[in-house]
Amino acid sequence: MIRECKKVLKPFVLGLLWLLALLWPLLGIHPDGTLSFANAFQVWLYIAAVAFVCVFLYVLNKSGNLDFAARPAAVLHGRVSEAAGRIPAKAWIGLLLGFALIYPQITGRYEQDVAINVLIYICLGLGLNIVIGLAGMLDLGYIAFYGVGAYSYALLNTNFGISFWFSLPFAAVLAALAGCIIGYPTLRMRGDYLAIVTLGFGEIVRLILNNWMTLTNGPNGILGIDPPSFYFLSFDGGLSFEHLYLKKLHYLYYIALFLAVFTIIAVRRLNFSRIGRAWESIREDETAAELMGVNTFLLKLLAYAMGAVFAGLAGAFFSARMRFVSPESFTFLESALVLAMVVLGGMASIPGIILGVMALIVLPEVFREFELYRMLAVGGAMTVMMVFKPRGLIPAKRVGTRSEEKEG
Amino acid sequence: MEYFIQQFINGITLGGVYALIALGYTMVYGVIQLINFAHGEFFAAGGYMGVILLAYMTGAGYLETHPFLCIAGAGVLTMAYTAFLAMGVERMAYKPLRYASRLSLLVSALGMSIFLSNGLMLTQGVFDKPYPSELTHGGFEIGPISVGYLQVIIVGMTAVLLVGLNILVFKTRIGMAMRATAQDKIMSSLVSISSNRIIALTFAIGAGLAACAGMMTGFYYGSVRYDMGFVPGIKAFAAAVLGGIGNITGAMLGGVIIGMVEVFGAAYISGQYKDVFAFIIMIAVLYFKPTGIMGENVDDTRV
Amino acid sequence: MAAPLLELQDVHASYGSIKALKGISLTVYPGEIVAMIGANGAGKSTTLMTICGIVQVQKGDIFYRGTSIKGTPPETLPPLGLCQVPEGRRIFPRLTVRENLELGAFYRRERTAIDRDIDQAYSFFPILKERRNQQGGTLSGGEQQMLAIARALMSRPKLLLMDEPSLGLAPKIVQKIFDIIAEINKEGTTILLVEQNANLALQTAQRGYVLETGAISMEDQAATLLDNPDIRKAYLGE
Repeated sequence: MIRECKKVLKPFVLGLLWLLALLWPLLGIHPDGTLSFANAFQVWLYIAAVAFVCVFLYVLNKSGNLDFAARPAAVLHGRVSEAAGRIPAKAWIGLLLGFALIYPQITGRYEQDVAINVLIYICLGLGLNIVIGLAGMLDLGYIAFYGVGAYSYALLNTNFGISFWFSLPFAAVLAALAGCIIGYPTLRMRGDYLAIVTLGFGEIVRLILNNWMTLTNGPNGILGIDPPSFYFLSFDGGLSFEHLYLKKLHYLYYIALFLAVFTIIAVRRLNFSRIGRAWESIREDETAAELMGVNTFLLKLLAYAMGAVFAGLAGAFFSARMRFVSPESFTFLESALVLAMVVLGGMASIPGIILGVMALIVLPEVFREFELYRMLAVGGAMTVMMVFKPRGLIPAKRVGTRSEEKEG
Repeated sequence: MEYFIQQFINGITLGGVYALIALGYTMVYGVIQLINFAHGEFFAAGGYMGVILLAYMTGAGYLETHPFLCIAGAGVLTMAYTAFLAMGVERMAYKPLRYASRLSLLVSALGMSIFLSNGLMLTQGVFDKPYPSELTHGGFEIGPISVGYLQVIIVGMTAVLLVGLNILVFKTRIGMAMRATAQDKIMSSLVSISSNRIIALTFAIGAGLAACAGMMTGFYYGSVRYDMGFVPGIKAFAAAVLGGIGNITGAMLGGVIIGMVEVFGAAYISGQYKDVFAFIIMIAVLYFKPTGIMGENVDDTRV
Repeated sequence: MAAPLLELQDVHASYGSIKALKGISLTVYPGEIVAMIGANGAGKSTTLMTICGIVQVQKGDIFYRGTSIKGTPPETLPPLGLCQVPEGRRIFPRLTVRENLELGAFYRRERTAIDRDIDQAYSFFPILKERRNQQGGTLSGGEQQMLAIARALMSRPKLLLMDEPSLGLAPKIVQKIFDIIAEINKEGTTILLVEQNANLALQTAQRGYVLETGAISMEDQAATLLDNPDIRKAYLGE
């Protein structure tokens, strides 16, 4: 116990002191020349406290002092998973779906709002997963497709009065088209170049949305978008179609749930299809895949387009729900947030990504008073995750080594 | 014609700043093949450290009595501080991933970038911090063309730093070790070069240059903001790519070209889309000539 | 017999997820040339990389001049007189020949002695002097091998590890390289030589080890190994 403590404590204390030394001059002196350390210490203390808890748990676990809790927990975990294994997976999924269906009946507005957010981000995360997790291409401009979907519906609706359901396929197709346009020139690139180019494309899309005043109304955004609606046959005063707007939140929840479930099923089926295997072969070793007759060009383009489709769907829903879109919603930080969800949960792992989305949407809601620290924690978590658990919280079963890992 | 020359001068100034940032990208990419997303944050941290030190000096009354000494001192301290920051980031976020996949390293860098810029926002606030402007105000005129003293200082300072860096990299023992490490890390450790130290040094030098650029930007535009690192960061990366990533001379040239393109694009095409031009150039270069205009030896395994 | 210069005791090591070394024990005495032969993938290069600290030792220990060098970072070994000419030569391709030589003496500080050693290297390999301002990558295979050897000698090694010096070279040049190896040894440098060309290696060496799938399968005087019918069959193509 003591020895482990010493071993871990030294770098820990040094690291924190280093951080303080760095933060001190940057935080302590105000630009008007006065000195104050309250803010600096507050930030530092938060970081130090979180780090301390982590290190403490780590040391306890290493030295076996957590055994009293860890061992029964492991046994319990074993038993639970054994029991869970006995119930067929279908039953579990049914149970979950049932819960998701009655969720709006048992919760209030706020909870439903959060749940809708989770469902939208599940669509986004799984869509991004096709590009990153399956095909292995780092896309940092993914949110652009979300923006394309959102603006597609917004423009179609405000200019031509086309309803949500008719716009949905258009939004998907337009997003897929955007995916192809962005994907096409980037296909010759690999790895990091691809990342920076998609980042550039994402920014270009945002800048266009921001500056094309006649089409998008620039930074002011588009107001007055219709919510999703249904047509009902109505018999009062003769036969006619009645237009019913779904403004109630729990209707929106069900639409989001439908989109999310559709995405989950689609991505799962893609994952285990012939195309999914081809994507994975590209991820593992692009050259080998090409030599084995996989049409890497077409498949990479398809990965982009498919990923964009789900972002487009989510985007159309987003504008229908907010009834307002502006370029503000499609910044690079949003891309990074979605990426963080995929990375934290585990690339190419559907349950992992769902967990990642929950973690990054629900946790900040729980810790509302630390709202400001959200992106700080996201950034820190990305780095920490990569250093300690690069495959995510729930790693995918079928991930081998990446081709670039092999070189020295 | 006067307008053209005027824009040319502005372009050179901006290009110098981009070149300084681009060098950090290109050097780090050269030694560990990583796009250091956090590099833009070093630039921003430099800008902040500069304004903080200057404000402190103003408060103590030194800035009025010895203005140039103060600015030079603040510059040196800022560069040293940011270099220290970069070494720490490298030690914590990149060194443990030396043998991990490139994707992990890239995500880690992205995380660090978000962490640092949000840290800056939380501690410094979301508002612009003004730089003292009275010292660097003014300029002279050659016919119809006006040149700010600040522009002369920026271009001169950039030139001095670039020459200094060239001497360091191409004429000294340490520079030779840096080039060797970039070419073959295993072999360089077999000739007793500590690659960890060289990598840390590379980060420090790159961040120092970026910090200097950050201070200059602060003086030039009159203020700094917590998210000032993002867009110049991408543009500087575009410059590094344009010049051939890993190539120091190329990064300098690329920086100037990107600065020119931005200024002339804004002047003659559209001011609103000035950020787009740099991105389009970057994408076009990566598409048509991924090795850049100066690079000749980027093989497929490195990209 | 004198105390061993290098001693490996039951060394285990992995290369990625593959167990490359499964208990290597070998000894090198001062002044010797020791050859290590074996098929592709037997673990010869991994053995050298493990000695140099590039590949981590998982089990066992490595002693150099009586002290353990297990886990020491690779860059601390050349100052101790332990140096490697790695497989594939690994010339710094975009540095000049002269810079490559200077890097060989990177840990040394005494300028005049380094310059003298460079002149000596030039007199040893006149072709390098001719090409001193050319980039390393533009040299031919044989010239690169000479440069690699010269670079290693710049660190004034006591023990030189050489990995496949004949790889990819024309037979005439191979003979020349082996003459050079013998000459270096005569001037007092101990050599551990890894080779696929078993015939030449065993003719040059005094003792030899045979490596098979990560373990030593045989060790003996070089001449005895050369006469061994199994060896002749397996490694000399008879």
